[in-house]
Amino acid sequence: MLDLSPTEWTAVLLSLRIALVATAFALPFGMAIGWLLARKEFWGKTLLDGLVYLPLVLPPVVTGYLLLISLGRKGPIGAFLADYFGIVFSFRWTGAALSCGIMGFPLMVRPIRLALEAIDRRLEEAAGTLGAGRLLVFLTITLPLALPGIIAGAVLCFARALGEFGATITFVSNIPGETQTISAAIYTLMQIPGGDAAAGRLVLFAIAIALAALVVSEWFARRAGMRVQGK
Amino acid sequence: MIVLAVDVEKELGAFNLAVRFEAAGGVTALFGPSGAGKTTVVNMIAGLLLPDRGSIVLGDKVLFDAAARINVPPHRRHIGYVFQEDRLFPHLSVRQNLDYGRRMSGHPRDPDDFARIVALLDIGHLLERRPRLLSGGERQRVAVGRALLMRPRLLLLDEPLASLDPGRKREILPYLVRLRDHARVPMVYVSHTAAELRRIATKVVRLDAGRVVASGGLELLEQADADALG
Repeated sequence: MLDLSPTEWTAVLLSLRIALVATAFALPFGMAIGWLLARKEFWGKTLLDGLVYLPLVLPPVVTGYLLLISLGRKGPIGAFLADYFGIVFSFRWTGAALSCGIMGFPLMVRPIRLALEAIDRRLEEAAGTLGAGRLLVFLTITLPLALPGIIAGAVLCFARALGEFGATITFVSNIPGETQTISAAIYTLMQIPGGDAAAGRLVLFAIAIALAALVVSEWFARRAGMRVQGK
Repeated sequence: MIVLAVDVEKELGAFNLAVRFEAAGGVTALFGPSGAGKTTVVNMIAGLLLPDRGSIVLGDKVLFDAAARINVPPHRRHIGYVFQEDRLFPHLSVRQNLDYGRRMSGHPRDPDDFARIVALLDIGHLLERRPRLLSGGERQRVAVGRALLMRPRLLLLDEPLASLDPGRKREILPYLVRLRDHARVPMVYVSHTAAELRRIATKVVRLDAGRVVASGGLELLEQADADALG
């Protein structure tokens, strides 16, 4: 039952790679934006807030379409990146990672922002009087105290990236070995007569990966939470 | 010898503060009713609040001078601050909390200094615990130790006993007196309780409604009692 064919394995591994890369690249941006939204008042904050959450409320196909016309080979940004930097997103696994990262981004920013807002700023003041400059305060106080939220955000983004379908298939299509993730592979198999068994196997794998991610993140979050509460 | 010279003005909404005083070694009490501006003054000395006008000089170092546009940030002032609430870092052990100031200031490890202050405050048995598991009195002693171990040029104590019940207050005060007699760090001690200050202060600055109303020796505390009764 759980013997995956080489094509199916490829889809599983590709999904994991895309989701991990998407999360890793989204994380620094997610932390920066979460920090801006939690701590700073600036012109256009409401707009930024809205933009960040846009992928959550837009139909994924719309996000994928917007990516295609801007970052596709003939899109203004896509052509520029390809001509000057040799970076190509369209029909590549990197494009899949990009669309997955964008779709997971709102889910990542929210817990990070909430965690930063929940930190007692007076602790940071105290750290300042003890000789820590702003960067050291961030690294030794803010970051460890926000860690549970950062982990939660990363896990949600990873889970969303793993399950992403609409934006990805619209933007980079469904190419086995390049952009065919588990979701896309299941969709393809469902279109083929007799593909049900293979689709079923992939479904089980998707469930297993999702459960494993939940268990691991729960463990990390609990540890980090205990540290923060000083248990 | 004058260690600290404060001359600051600050408007906070309807509250207008203009305070000028000097402190020598020993313990200078900032004494006055709630809302007199005591915490505002120590926050300005620590660099957590920016005065509108004036200057703050510690030893030979100008920490703040509005006219000369000097404002040393808190982390370069080398002023220890014991807050009303202990503000211990919950994710660090007592030992790591105590060591935080030394690490952040880049001082080399000094086991003798550490042992001396830990013994002075009697917190040796707490070192591996997390702050959450300490009693209020223990937490406040650790907070004092943390501020001392950064080797401050000045120690600010803002109502360090206010959050404690009377029994705990009696428990901590002797440690603070010991500190005054052995640590050789000048202190500014904020309180609205004359009895507490009588035990620890060497000089008294009385504040009311954002102004210094009197400055002198411990006799000012007696007078305050008389005022309160009369």
